[in-house]
Amino acid sequence: MRWFWIDRFVEFESGRRAAAEKAVTLAEEQLDDYVPGFPVMPASLIIEGFAQTGGLLVGECRQFEQRTVLAKVGRAQFFREVRPGDVMRFEVAIQDLRDDGAIVHGTARVGDQLVADVEIVFAHLDDRFEGVDLFFPADFLTILRLLGVYDVGRTADGKPLVIPARLLAAEAAANREGPSSEPDAAR
Amino acid sequence: MAPSKEEVFEKVKEALVDALGVDDDEVTPQATMVGDLGAESIDFLDIVFRLEKAFGIEIPRSELFPEDILTNAQYVRDGRVTPDGIVELKKRMPFADLSQFEANPAVQEFSTLLTVNDLCRYIQSKVGVTE
Repeated sequence: MRWFWIDRFVEFESGRRAAAEKAVTLAEEQLDDYVPGFPVMPASLIIEGFAQTGGLLVGECRQFEQRTVLAKVGRAQFFREVRPGDVMRFEVAIQDLRDDGAIVHGTARVGDQLVADVEIVFAHLDDRFEGVDLFFPADFLTILRLLGVYDVGRTADGKPLVIPARLLAAEAAANREGPSSEPDAAR
Repeated sequence: MAPSKEEVFEKVKEALVDALGVDDDEVTPQATMVGDLGAESIDFLDIVFRLEKAFGIEIPRSELFPEDILTNAQYVRDGRVTPDGIVELKKRMPFADLSQFEANPAVQEFSTLLTVNDLCRYIQSKVGVTE
């Protein structure tokens, strides 16, 4: 199973807010055994959808140079089950952003019905993790592109988001070397 | 107008109840943040955010968490804060009651000592209070 709990961003305003969609289908494994005979989207994975939507919004504020992780779910309320065929819309907004982390408020809806309302805390991992990438930069850029971050993303003043040079360089290097080869020291 | 001490306490209490999921009556002035209320390091990010919003102030991390002193070789020997270090801590955190820490100044004990009252006194020092 691939760890994507949103399908695509539909809005992305750097440093402020973002919206993403997730279509829930009966073909997805997480619906099989959670409540046998009654396929519903597990609330924990709805939280992960918020974490992915909010985490990328927070990470982008500093060009994904910090290692942003979900640290705490301060509050999570659920109002409606999510069933196969539903399309969830996650909306997140940054309440506070500081050096050591960020607080994000989020809602999820299906149509005009509220599914969940959450407040989550992200932490930026500190210097002990300096130089440790949570993702391979080239793969990470692929994920950002798949999710449409740079299709819908806008800066605070409305201009298209620019892909960080570090990620583009990693992507270019990976393309030269092929998907699984080791970095070539001679180059 | 500056708030009263009671108003400061009530707002601090509300922030702690929301951030830590504790009951109203657990938040007493003497309660320690870590030991009694179960605050973990990540909770402080949440608490600071709520206090900033509640009081309209800015709280630099170093004012509440003097990590730079506690990791400075000049002020720490064998895992214990030196008398010079205690002087620095008192300077940085005049709102905190460090008498208990002075008796056993092990660095690892430091984070467990901050009480609700210390936090209230810190806020009071930032916003001023009416008697």
